[in-house]
Amino acid sequence: MNTYIWIACILMALVSYCIRVLPLTIFRKEIKNEFIKSFLYYVPYVTLAVMTFPAIIHTTSSVWSGLFAFLVGIVLAWKGVSMFQTSIICCLVVYLVQLFL
Amino acid sequence: MMNKKELFGRGIKDGIPIALAYFAVSFTLGIAMRNAGINAIQGFFMSLLNNASAGEYAGISMIAIHASYLEIMMMTFIANARYLLMSFALSQKFHPQERIIHRMIVGFDLTDELFGLAINQEGYLKPFYYYGAMAITMPCWAIGTMLGILVGNVLPASIVQALSVALFGMFLAIIIPEAKKEKPVLLVVICAFVSSYLCTIIPGISALSEGTRTILLTIVLASLAAFFFPRKEVQQ
Repeated sequence: MNTYIWIACILMALVSYCIRVLPLTIFRKEIKNEFIKSFLYYVPYVTLAVMTFPAIIHTTSSVWSGLFAFLVGIVLAWKGVSMFQTSIICCLVVYLVQLFL
Repeated sequence: MMNKKELFGRGIKDGIPIALAYFAVSFTLGIAMRNAGINAIQGFFMSLLNNASAGEYAGISMIAIHASYLEIMMMTFIANARYLLMSFALSQKFHPQERIIHRMIVGFDLTDELFGLAINQEGYLKPFYYYGAMAITMPCWAIGTMLGILVGNVLPASIVQALSVALFGMFLAIIIPEAKKEKPVLLVVICAFVSSYLCTIIPGISALSEGTRTILLTIVLASLAAFFFPRKEVQQ
């Protein structure tokens, strides 16, 4: 298990570094292709959305506390509440819901 | 013209607010690492070497399910793909004759926040300014992760579980404001939530690992979005 984690860590670091450094050093030209630019623009939002739901409801011991935190988080973020506050309130929601369930 | 030392000092100063935010985010990342069975030293190095919240979280979620190395690498690639775009953009910000070693060091810590700092500088990017920002933010990121793991080990389970959603709260705070501003993003995000859920219950697809599903969904949905709603001017 330990070896697995260390190897995974090094592989992750290598991939992250290549992504960041290759365009800076080797292909220095700007990306002109509209499709690729648009694709790379959408990628983070899709990935983060996919990683958040439904994972958030499986992280907590009851589905409801996670689901509730998810909905509260969306509403707060929509209203422009800061990242830090949104995050803290999501935690509080989980804690409180689990206290009462 | 400022000398290297002054530039470095100014980088540290501008990096302080970022470092504080990094400390909080990496602490919650540490909680997620602890849940995945990663110890404090491993977490420290994972953060020191990776410098990416979503990218690291993606990797951690793969480690938690004992995914193959190939899956971990692909997942890291997808979660960090946006840095390709930033790296291309930052490349234009360097003096054409800048030594390659500076490009290689700056690239090591190309994050959303430091990219923001670099792009806001007037004229060409001064590497020593960037190094100052790196010098203050990188230790905070790595130490915050380590503390998250250590503190997570001693806190009661109910609190650890509550803190486990902190990272998701941050992800929502990144996605939702952009979705509110840009209708295509809103549509894509809703599709992502729904299809991600469906993928966990549809027979066949649900048998794929979580990471593989994330990779496939990201490629499919982002391609569709880029095809139907191409961005005329991508602001960075």
